[in-house]
Amino acid sequence: MKKDTRSLLVCQGSMCISGKSRAIQEALEKKVAGTQMDGDVEVKLIGCHGFCQQGPLVIVEPEATCYTGVTVEDVDDIVQSDLRDGQVVERLLFHDPETGSPIASYHDIPFYGAQTKLLLRHCGLINPEDIDDYLGVGGYEALGSVLERPDGREVLAELKASQLRGRGGGGFPAWRKWEACLDADGDEKFVVCNADEGDPGAFMDRSILEGDPHAVLEGMSIAGFTVGARKGYIYVRAEYPLAVERLRVAIDQARRRGYLGSDILGSGFSFDVEVFLGAGAFVCGESTALTLSIEGKRGLPKAAPRPRTTEVGLFDKPTLLNNVKTFAFVPLILAQGGEWFARIGTEGSKGTATFALSGHVVNCGLIEVPMGITLRKIIYEIGGGVPEGKAFKAVQTGGPSGGCLPESFLDTPVDYDSLLQAGSMMGSGGMVVMNEDTCMVDVARYFLQFTERESCGQCVHCRLGTKQMLTILEEITRGEGKPGDVEFLVQIGEAVNAGSLCGLGQSAANPVLTTIRYFLDEYEAHIVEGRCPARSCKALISFQILPDKCIGCMLCAKACPVDAIAGERKSVHVIDQGKCIRCGMCEEACPSRYSAVERTSGSLAEGGEEA
Amino acid sequence: MRVHDLTIDGVAVSAPEGTTVLDAARKKGIYIPHLCDRPDLKPVGVCRMCTVEVEGKGLVISCKTPVRDGMVVRTESEGVSKVRQVALELLIADHDSDCLTCAKDTNCSLQRVARHVGVDSPRLARIRRERDRRPLDTSNPFFDFDPNRCILCGICVRTCDELQNINAIDYTFRGTKTLIAGFGNRPRIETNCESCGECVVRCPVGALVPKDSRQPSKLVRTICSFCGCGCGMLLGVRDGEIVSAAGDFKNPASRGRLCVKGRYGYRYVNSPERLTTPLVKRDGEFIPVGWDEALDLVAEKFSESMGDSFATIASAKCTNEENYVVQKFTRVVMGTNNIDHCARL
Repeated sequence: MKKDTRSLLVCQGSMCISGKSRAIQEALEKKVAGTQMDGDVEVKLIGCHGFCQQGPLVIVEPEATCYTGVTVEDVDDIVQSDLRDGQVVERLLFHDPETGSPIASYHDIPFYGAQTKLLLRHCGLINPEDIDDYLGVGGYEALGSVLERPDGREVLAELKASQLRGRGGGGFPAWRKWEACLDADGDEKFVVCNADEGDPGAFMDRSILEGDPHAVLEGMSIAGFTVGARKGYIYVRAEYPLAVERLRVAIDQARRRGYLGSDILGSGFSFDVEVFLGAGAFVCGESTALTLSIEGKRGLPKAAPRPRTTEVGLFDKPTLLNNVKTFAFVPLILAQGGEWFARIGTEGSKGTATFALSGHVVNCGLIEVPMGITLRKIIYEIGGGVPEGKAFKAVQTGGPSGGCLPESFLDTPVDYDSLLQAGSMMGSGGMVVMNEDTCMVDVARYFLQFTERESCGQCVHCRLGTKQMLTILEEITRGEGKPGDVEFLVQIGEAVNAGSLCGLGQSAANPVLTTIRYFLDEYEAHIVEGRCPARSCKALISFQILPDKCIGCMLCAKACPVDAIAGERKSVHVIDQGKCIRCGMCEEACPSRYSAVERTSGSLAEGGEEA
Repeated sequence: MRVHDLTIDGVAVSAPEGTTVLDAARKKGIYIPHLCDRPDLKPVGVCRMCTVEVEGKGLVISCKTPVRDGMVVRTESEGVSKVRQVALELLIADHDSDCLTCAKDTNCSLQRVARHVGVDSPRLARIRRERDRRPLDTSNPFFDFDPNRCILCGICVRTCDELQNINAIDYTFRGTKTLIAGFGNRPRIETNCESCGECVVRCPVGALVPKDSRQPSKLVRTICSFCGCGCGMLLGVRDGEIVSAAGDFKNPASRGRLCVKGRYGYRYVNSPERLTTPLVKRDGEFIPVGWDEALDLVAEKFSESMGDSFATIASAKCTNEENYVVQKFTRVVMGTNNIDHCARL
């Protein structure tokens, strides 16, 4: 960033791009070019700024003005009013949902207020496609100073002091892994970055690769120097084309500037990085499956007991395998010191955690919070609570391996150990909020469907156990549950978790077991009472027309695809429960000022019980 | 080599370094249920059936856990049985239930495990349901593959890879769709499968079975007559006919292995087209004669062609010793070095 210039930062994270932020940037560039401002104003792309819910975002620095929901049509206003006349475009600002007053600086927006951005400090600030931007914020300085040392022992000491735990989800102390790889025998070693982020609703790794790719490369180079590796691989999903593209641009630039390749910065140390595209199997995020996949083999996890990857890893050589976030933390820890890092967070979990906040929450987006913050603070302060006045029901962390925690756990501190104790897990950083309309049996079914499809098929428990649990859950949501199903689900689930071969299987039953533990009444309502309390499972709900509200407009009758609604104009309509297929078209068709169609839990058909 | 002393179910066991708990138990005659393990293949630990409890370590799979001094192993515990019984029921629910007509009946590892572990009947009844039947692969002329009986232990895949180095088959698809097949889910006949049948022998269930389903009434230990390798074999005989052939695991030369000819090429013995007496051509027609007459004729013709007008081509079906005699005869008796061997062609 040049001094005394103003910057128009156009967010080009995946979500803002889907909101046409590329066209916005082009329009801004065109508008600025040829004016007096040209030269004093730079328009540049940035990675994900985090506030995805309000995208596309355009940020004006140094004022930190945050324009939300920007369209190409708004470009004239931003340039003429803000840049030329110094008048903030109020209508594009974020408005406080409670007071309705506009907030100009993103520093004052509550979504950003409770966050601590360490890992994401460059995301949304620098241009990820320009190495000079990264160098401008102190990039590659940590690598430079590391390379002046005789070996990696000092890096290890800093890492140990930082108490950084691996950010892939398991939370294994990073320094131990690094030390084990350094101490492992072998002339040839590898550094592998796991960017096979596959949890539904998770996009932390992608955002870092898209927003700050050099931090990952720098972390990997430092790792290479520390453990004695000359080659690194980034295993990234082929479904992340933008991340792959920005990584390739970054690698190319780093090579040309001498931060990658042979004799880095004249130190004699050589290290290069290759991008390896995953073919779409979730299980390849498991470390042994991942290394096999790079070797060109079928990505199957290896059963324990087996040698650690730090001893026998990629191509059977000692291999240091860490998550994107773990590597991206390294330059920061070396720059600020391990002890500084260890002052943030809790006793057992240091630093910050990034989450992809999604689901029934006002502010979806990419967030970073200090470890130990409560779930409540994340969901209500940063997330802005549950939209449309609905009540909170559960929060799911840890992706398909995690668990669903109810309201009583909202004050649980977010760290590795507390979440595990509650029956969920930190995971890689997905966080899905669910409101009262969410059926927890259906949620368990959704996650099981994912795991069942992604099971590698090797071991009996995971291959067949997830299938059986899924089938039983499907039957329950279809109203075909049988007494004893909950016990069977628990028995099978516990066997799957205890008996499976790899981490995917060993946590596959978590969504089932935690929903049973915390929402048993919902399972019982489905199985015993034949109703879905959240009024979500089609087979276990009914629609009826409230006589005191219906004005007889016939709209619902016309919308009904199976002619189940009888009634003349201006007379109250009635739904034939025997014919009704519970598609909900009538509910949608009924004008909201009448809201005469009511969705009820349970069956109203003959013989059914009204709930 | 260092020897470790441990106990398995209270029984003192000693085993050399590197032995797995499962092997140590096997040698001591203690049965630990297992499906994917075989002593002649590397352990992979996918069936989870050999799960045991090790004091201080919890549940581990015995096929990959090496013995350690002072180890206390329990093959039965609440935790073990939880994991094992569910795994067994999951396999049974995903397996054909017509045991009586299965070629592997009474000789099936899944049956043995089921007898040992037992099932929770209500739970099994709940998870047992109609399954989509998957098509059989009957493309190979000697054996059939039935995926509906396959338990995906991977023994066939590892046999083809580790023992035969052919790699004709592997896992395809994933999850419940996982299937053992040729590359790109091609039928076995279209792969580089050599039909050695080593996978068929090792299949612990009735997924890979020979097409010839006749059962022998007795076994005859012999040596394969197809070539000079001298593989040991057990011919299955019924009613004076050979109905099966199996590798002889006690034979030190072949250690149980056979090739396609030895294992499946026995039908020629009872073929009506097989020559059983020498034939001599007279007036353009082959006439059956006795051995003395035939050999006299050969000796007479040989003696008319002594020297370099004579040549011998020896056969790969002969043993080394027989081939030695052939060359000696050619050089010394027939007086020529014109000798060659069919394996060189």
